[in-house]
Amino acid sequence: MSVTLFMTTMVLYLAGTVFFLAYLLRRSEALSKVSLAVTGIGFVSHTAALATRMMAEGHVPLTSFYEAMSFFSWALVLVFLGVEIRHRMHVLGSFILPLAFLSLLSAAALPKEVPTLEPVLRTVWVHVTLSMLGTVGFAVAFVAGIMYLIQDGLLKSKRFNVLYAKLPPLDFLDKLNQQAIVTGFPLLTLGIIAGAISAEFARGSYLNWNPEQTWALATWLFYFVVLMGRLTVGWRAKRAAYLTIIGFAGVVLTFIGVVLKGHGPVT
Amino acid sequence: MNIIVVGLSHKTAPIEIRERLAVPESRQGEALSRLCSYPGIREGILLSTCNRVEVYAVVEQLESGYARVQEFLADTHLSLSSEQLTPHLYWHADDHAIGHLFRVAASLDSMIVGESQILGQLKDAFEMALAHKRSGVILNKVVKKAISVAKRVRTETKIAETAVSVSYAAVELAKKIFSNLGEKTVLLVGAGEMGKLAAKHLIANGVQRVMITTRDSHSAIDLAKRFNGVPIPFDEFRSELAAADIVLCSTGASQYLIRTEDIQKAVRQRMNRPIFLIDISVPRNIEPSVKDVDNAFLFDIDDLEMRVEQNREERQHEALRAERMVKDEVGVIGQWLKSLEVIPTIVALRNRAEEIKRSELDKTLGRLGSLSPEERGVVEGLASAIVNKLLHGPLVTLKAEAHSAGGTMFVEAARRFFNLDGVTASAPLDDAERADRLDDPAPLVTPGRVSGCAGLEHQSPQKTTDEDP
Repeated sequence: MSVTLFMTTMVLYLAGTVFFLAYLLRRSEALSKVSLAVTGIGFVSHTAALATRMMAEGHVPLTSFYEAMSFFSWALVLVFLGVEIRHRMHVLGSFILPLAFLSLLSAAALPKEVPTLEPVLRTVWVHVTLSMLGTVGFAVAFVAGIMYLIQDGLLKSKRFNVLYAKLPPLDFLDKLNQQAIVTGFPLLTLGIIAGAISAEFARGSYLNWNPEQTWALATWLFYFVVLMGRLTVGWRAKRAAYLTIIGFAGVVLTFIGVVLKGHGPVT
Repeated sequence: MNIIVVGLSHKTAPIEIRERLAVPESRQGEALSRLCSYPGIREGILLSTCNRVEVYAVVEQLESGYARVQEFLADTHLSLSSEQLTPHLYWHADDHAIGHLFRVAASLDSMIVGESQILGQLKDAFEMALAHKRSGVILNKVVKKAISVAKRVRTETKIAETAVSVSYAAVELAKKIFSNLGEKTVLLVGAGEMGKLAAKHLIANGVQRVMITTRDSHSAIDLAKRFNGVPIPFDEFRSELAAADIVLCSTGASQYLIRTEDIQKAVRQRMNRPIFLIDISVPRNIEPSVKDVDNAFLFDIDDLEMRVEQNREERQHEALRAERMVKDEVGVIGQWLKSLEVIPTIVALRNRAEEIKRSELDKTLGRLGSLSPEERGVVEGLASAIVNKLLHGPLVTLKAEAHSAGGTMFVEAARRFFNLDGVTASAPLDDAERADRLDDPAPLVTPGRVSGCAGLEHQSPQKTTDEDP
């Protein structure tokens, strides 16, 4: 059941991606409704998939990488729909949906079996949920950063093309970037603390400086500096856009590193 | 009976002719009465704006109608002879006339395609005709349709969405940098016309704080009063740059007033908040290399004009879509007009009666069971007699009134009384039409016409009672 729903979701997100990209490149607004409808149905199906899996497993489905990626994708679409409802900013979908689809696709490539957890590790889902929600914040900041740089470039070079017409005002993107980091950073912080506590229970040490942990801490520190820079010395606009793009690239690399090493955060 | 338009516009006549022919509002009522006093002209509307003077009329005969309206136009301004006028005029009839009106209303025929003023002017002209009771069943319907077509074009195409003036292009650009102009500050440097106009547009779009500086401090104070802003001494304005989100520069100075260093400093002080600079001066007053400063966005007059040019092209593109809509809508109204002709109405009426008679007869004969052919004949004869007697009056009246001034009203009445168009036949028009009817400024009945027809245009009972106290 849950597998069928995941496949349906994936197909719908793919369709949403295609529609949203077509929407982005055409002058007409007509495609926005279709894109949104497809995405909305995809989201419902995704929610159902997660719920089914949760009932099947008997706990929050966030213990494997596969589940973490799927949850990430779900939360990303949730944030998009939230922003969409508030600001009617369809064009955000043209950037978020591809990311959500790719996350789900990479989730599908990962093994689906749930690792058998030792009882002490049952709390690990707290760590994963919080870290993933923090990462969603960084992903939104990344998307806002890319959109910012495109619009900035178009304005500077005075190319008033379709993209220019579709992209939102610069300061909206900058605010979105800021809000995403301001929300994402505390969540990641809590996620890391929760992870450290779990690790203390599991292994008897908060931190053992393995490469993933080191990377995670480096990421945390990086976003800390980005956030402080914005709040104190005006690292906003173009600079914030660049920094959040670099930061998210770091996050993705950490993930890839962890996956390639072949073990999830539970081991 | 034909609908015609005779007129001239910016496309066919120079301003010298247009301004002489234009009829001031105060004289339009009199002009309309004169127009409708010509024999063979049943209804008339006079649309007179700075870009066009047009007469829409319902005439009994095409050729004489054209001649009368042209005569009317020549009489409107005595210093213009018919020969002077003729080369500038255009004539359209029926579908072409209706299409022309739709295109005019939808601003497809305007000097600036997509501008919205013309729709208001058409509404005024229509109200004038209604007030003087010169617009009847046909023009009422056609003009209302034109107004709804114009609204449809406006909402379904992007024809009116983009800026087509340099000063407005500045607002459009500002909206791509700032999402909420209400919390932004404008610094207006210089008192150039274009700058003032752009400032006005920005204020109209929500900007609340305005700072003004001019070389002559008096004019800064004057302008500050006008824009409800703050005057800034000219030699200090550079230190205020950091406080401005939008800088509008429009002076007659021959050197750069704002240099790259000034903007670099301002952006630093603004902690990298974007600053939008518009240089409408020629020669330029803002050093061009400002464009390379991060988070500063500089546009000069050429950039704005390029934007306007692109928007014009886009409007033309949208205009093509609008033309297709107009074509469809002309088809719809053409259908309605055709239904107003007397002969098809008589035929439809007979068919309808026959149909009712047949079905009722079938029912009754079925219930009566076995009847002798004779008895059958009597029953059928009874039915036919009732139907024919009932129809006799309406048919005779329709034929008699076919060529009278109120003929179309009778036809319309017959079609509605006997439900000849079915319930759904006129549905596509109904919503817009009903809405339009509710805000009709004046009753549509001419005293000379049969007052019973008043209700035809106003189906709501309140309206009828209003007219009949």
